[in-house]
Amino acid sequence: MSRVTLRGWGRTTPGVATVRHASNESEITATLESSRALIARGLGRSYGDAAQVSGGTVLVSDISDVGPVDGEGVLEVGAGASLDQLLTQCIPQGWFLPVTPGTRQVTIGGAIAADVHGKNHHVDGSFARHVLEMRIVTPRGPATISPDLDGELFWATMGGMGLTGVVSSVTLKMLKIETDQVLVDTQRFANLDEVMSEMTSGDENFRYSVAWVDCMTRGANMGRAVLTRGDHARASDVSPASLRAPTPARLTVPFDAPSGLLNRFTVGAFNEAWFRSSPRRQLAKPESIASFFHPLDGIRNWNRLYGRRGFVQYQFCVPEGSSDAVRRAIEHLSSAGVASFLAVLKRFGPANPGPLSFPMPGWTLALDLPVGPASLPQILDDLDEMVASAGGRIYLAKDARLSPEKLRAMYPQLDAFLQVKNRVDPEHQLTSDLARRLDLVGA
Amino acid sequence: MRDVENAFGQPQRVVVLAGSSDIARAITKKLCAARVHTVVLTGRDQQLLEGASTEALAFGASHVETVIFDARDPANAERTVTTSFEKAGGSVDLVVLAVGMLGDQERFQDDPDLAAEMATVNFTWPVAALARVRSLLVAQGSGRILVISSVAGVRVRRAKYLYGGAKAGLDRLCVGLADSLEGTGVSMHIVRPGHVRSRMTIGEKEPPFATGVDDVANDVMRGLADRSPIIWSPPILRYVFFVLRHLPSPLWRAVTDSMGR
Repeated sequence: MSRVTLRGWGRTTPGVATVRHASNESEITATLESSRALIARGLGRSYGDAAQVSGGTVLVSDISDVGPVDGEGVLEVGAGASLDQLLTQCIPQGWFLPVTPGTRQVTIGGAIAADVHGKNHHVDGSFARHVLEMRIVTPRGPATISPDLDGELFWATMGGMGLTGVVSSVTLKMLKIETDQVLVDTQRFANLDEVMSEMTSGDENFRYSVAWVDCMTRGANMGRAVLTRGDHARASDVSPASLRAPTPARLTVPFDAPSGLLNRFTVGAFNEAWFRSSPRRQLAKPESIASFFHPLDGIRNWNRLYGRRGFVQYQFCVPEGSSDAVRRAIEHLSSAGVASFLAVLKRFGPANPGPLSFPMPGWTLALDLPVGPASLPQILDDLDEMVASAGGRIYLAKDARLSPEKLRAMYPQLDAFLQVKNRVDPEHQLTSDLARRLDLVGA
Repeated sequence: MRDVENAFGQPQRVVVLAGSSDIARAITKKLCAARVHTVVLTGRDQQLLEGASTEALAFGASHVETVIFDARDPANAERTVTTSFEKAGGSVDLVVLAVGMLGDQERFQDDPDLAAEMATVNFTWPVAALARVRSLLVAQGSGRILVISSVAGVRVRRAKYLYGGAKAGLDRLCVGLADSLEGTGVSMHIVRPGHVRSRMTIGEKEPPFATGVDDVANDVMRGLADRSPIIWSPPILRYVFFVLRHLPSPLWRAVTDSMGR
């Protein structure tokens, strides 16, 4: 037990809390019983203030056993295990995570709290779809939940930012793979319209698809992009058909870079170099799972590149019919001259019943923005307005600056969520700095 | 339950000590336009506070409370701060301390009671209030303190030594206070404005780099987002005072005398 300063991955909003570890459900229960304000924290990869609670208790689960995978690909795993741990154990046996975000450095519990998605959302949905059941400890006690067993609590927990309880273990259905390689098609597009039209017509033929968009170019080249799509290589596609676990990061950022290192000029130059070095068109190139799915895991502590002031990530989605909102968002950012590293554009498939689950059928765009430009807070408030009126929403796992009013406009099922939260947490013990900021504590 | 400031240092619940001062009002307006929904304004004059409240509501606050206090009596500082926190809903993202009086140097300097009053209002009351603010925010594990200091305290000049001396004491104390907050989750901003056109300075001769209250408020918003421990307003004063601080005394007197009585 110790009092420590905690931040999110964007390193913007520090808060001091007492950290306690729990290695079984009764320790989680005991910690909950003795805490007035508690939130679980995994590896601290949410960007904002989701996994911290100033003046309260932050619970770190050490329940991280990865069980054996049965013939159907079903396994039980402790919520404190990281995706890295899980993959290290499962890939050599020919099993892969059915959904993986851009990093392996998140816990299973964190993946559920944020209901993470990957490059295959348009085909396979978000993390929730592959969870068969889980154990959760709420202030009302421990319970096993699934879509059929207290489905209300199950779905409120998916994307519920840890506010419905502390998940202890999860039963997952894994994906069978024959090799540790992905066959990747890469294609360059001169502007946003071209890449979006290709994604609309062609994404359904690929399990994985994502476009990296340059948000700093204007005019005819606005939103130039590199689209990468692919699927797992079969044993007959590559030789040798290996099944190796991913290797740890070799590079690390040892200290904070000066604030302002990443500015519109350096980032613009980086984007230019990246675009020009990408192939115009390349088909079925074998690439390792690690480099295709988790490019950021190659460099430890990359968030330090943004310096002392940190950065915010802005990720929104808009429904299919509002794809114009993507264009307007990029236009707004590029005309404001705000430095933004390559944005990630992808198509979402059907949503799930989770009232706070982020994805909805349509488009999602994610941007990394260094804190610093005086105009940035207002620009993002403008984007909130635009996203909300387009019927879209922003991703809470990335958020560090949304207002409670906008949250309500973006998540129409918010009251359904709060109802479930009030049922399992009548004293409002489960809370976080994000929950306080966005009025998600319960009433 | 409390609310929390965001990635851009935009708070949701704010306590303003001396909330009817012109600088405080300009800052409060900007904060309300961003994210503030609850603001507690404290001050000596109920009527002035009402005006500031109306303004805060017009700029987007949904809940405004007022607390009356007199900075000439440090004995009320603890009660003032405690009541303000309670009225804010138990916890606070940002405390703005804008208490101060410029006084009439020539009239005050040979009067022990009035000279002491200058020290009380500009130094002793704020110190007492900060002690209470510190303990409440540290217990909370987060929050920020914004203290309106002055360049008058960076190097004290003869024409304003009562004001400048007290501000110098407060400023230096806050530097140490800021260091004491390392690791508590609470942080501190010291604002050093130059000559600000406001009710407090009406009739004063305007020195170079004079600024308006809205400019100070803009610099404050920028400093909150950047987490700047010292916010100079206008920013160029950082360099101006680097030079002025090192001038030999006769030259310093000549320069400052020429800038204003």
